Amino acid sequence: MANKVLMKGNEAIAEAAIKAGCMHYFGYPITPQTEIAAYMAKKMPKIGGVFLQAESEVAAINMVYGVSSTGKRVMTSSSSPGISLKSEGLSYMAGSDLPTLVVNVERGGPGLGGIQPSQSDYFQATKGGGHGDFHMIVLAPSSVQEMADLTIKGFDLADKYRMTSMILADGTMGQMMEPVEISDDVQITKYEKPWATTGTNCERKHNIVNSLSLVPEELEELNYKRYEKYAQIKENEQMAEEFMMDDAEICVVAFGIAARVSQNAVVEARKQGIKVGLIRPITLWPFPEKVLSKAADKVKAFISVELSMGQMVEDIKLATSCKKPVELCNRVGGMIPSPEQVLAKINEVKGGLK
Amino acid sequence: MKVFEKPKALTDAPFHYCPGCTHGIIHRLVAEAIDELGIEGKTIGVAPVGCAVMAYNYFACDMIEAAHGRAPAVATGVKRSCPDNIVFTYQGDGDLASIGMAETVHSAARNENITVIFVNNAIYGMTGGQMAPTSLPGQVTQTSPYGRDVNHCGYPVKVCEMLAQLEGPEYLERVAVNNVANIRKAGKAIKKAFENQINKKGFSLIEVVSTCPTNWGMKPTDALKWLDENMLPYYPLGVYKDRSKEEK
Repeated sequence: MANKVLMKGNEAIAEAAIKAGCMHYFGYPITPQTEIAAYMAKKMPKIGGVFLQAESEVAAINMVYGVSSTGKRVMTSSSSPGISLKSEGLSYMAGSDLPTLVVNVERGGPGLGGIQPSQSDYFQATKGGGHGDFHMIVLAPSSVQEMADLTIKGFDLADKYRMTSMILADGTMGQMMEPVEISDDVQITKYEKPWATTGTNCERKHNIVNSLSLVPEELEELNYKRYEKYAQIKENEQMAEEFMMDDAEICVVAFGIAARVSQNAVVEARKQGIKVGLIRPITLWPFPEKVLSKAADKVKAFISVELSMGQMVEDIKLATSCKKPVELCNRVGGMIPSPEQVLAKINEVKGGLK
Repeated sequence: MKVFEKPKALTDAPFHYCPGCTHGIIHRLVAEAIDELGIEGKTIGVAPVGCAVMAYNYFACDMIEAAHGRAPAVATGVKRSCPDNIVFTYQGDGDLASIGMAETVHSAARNENITVIFVNNAIYGMTGGQMAPTSLPGQVTQTSPYGRDVNHCGYPVKVCEMLAQLEGPEYLERVAVNNVANIRKAGKAIKKAFENQINKKGFSLIEVVSTCPTNWGMKPTDALKWLDENMLPYYPLGVYKDRSKEEK
């Protein structure tokens, strides 16, 4: 059972995390995601969970590292500058193969930047997020309902593959309110964690959670193994939504708030008789290469709509092997492209088609 | 009759520490405390980055290797999720008093119910002997080749004295491992730090003044003498905070 309630995206993440069995949250205040911490601070003490405001993002991610080592579900959240601080911990989590969910409600950058919505941490999230060879599963919600659903999904994927799932949401997703339904009875798959450090009880050899490996042959092997896992994820976990793509000549690609705006533009363009559709990546890593490479054989051009100077545009070119031109339509610094801007771009691209 | 044996809380892995290094003694004292309190099965240790980085191979309890300086934050997570387990960190001076100072101070301020073993030998050992936050004025290291100039890089940090200013921590004691009498006292302090945690009293930190013959460039015996003559005047031994005594 679940009731439909009106919630901010940030609150939906917090509530969904609790429903997914996450009883530990550590964070540090930063706009525009602080509602997650506020929600957890209110809820956790009432249900026997742990909320702790850490002294820094660095400390928060390391508290997460500690809880995850004991095999329990745990999360942290932040916004762009805070995620940079967590990147050390994200690398260690990857090196120690620890599962967790990390939320980045992005704001404009670089540096302190602004506090308005952005998608300019796309590279940081999808290409690693710290030193060393590693990936995180990156999920991009485009509604408050999806903020909740992908949080639940993210915890499952993290446990399944022993790695970090990141919710990459722009500030709009965190701040806007929409009706949302979160089941009281979320089905949680139990994953065995024989590696967890919960005390040997003097009954087994001691477990060690560790990312240090001084023998290069062994460290190489660990990296190969981790990439075999990544290959499996690329094969099995790509998610994207297609909209009006059946007969599309032009394919708009957008996620998060940019996808919402783009969908309006696509509907308008269709009214003008332009054959245009939308592919909305839901997983940014693994990038939905399958659906895009399929589209590349059908459409004549792609338009990447982003709240960045053009980051996902590179992945579209890679996924489609540059078979068709890929144009960029963007705003940055906390600005959001308007449906009119996207529509104008669609018309411009249409005009250039042979 | 057995008069001497290896503590059960130590594995059979041979230590990688340099000859004459006091880490071996301190590892043994920690393991003896764990044995005596019968807590090996529920203890979770957190290793630092530094010379003791591979402590996870030496303690027989469950172990976690933390990022540089972050052990108290990792231990906080472990303890908050498993409050019935016993959680300790084992950290050097660079790890605890330089890069990890924020984590140290705030876990103490929160009176986090953990045990911190802080090995202060006034130098970065693992990286080959650079100036530490606890290197003494005038001390020659690889990165203070003309001696630590306090006008240029300030004074060494006295961790116990500093943390004693906080309301938070339960127990702070500085000990040394330069002679038999001091080693016995250090063992008692370490055991007390674990007992405090068992009794849910909160944050206990034992600072162990220690040597680094290799990077000090001394014979082990000379290093012990140097510790006695130079370290102890700057870092006086003793109890800096004991809340259970204050309350009486």
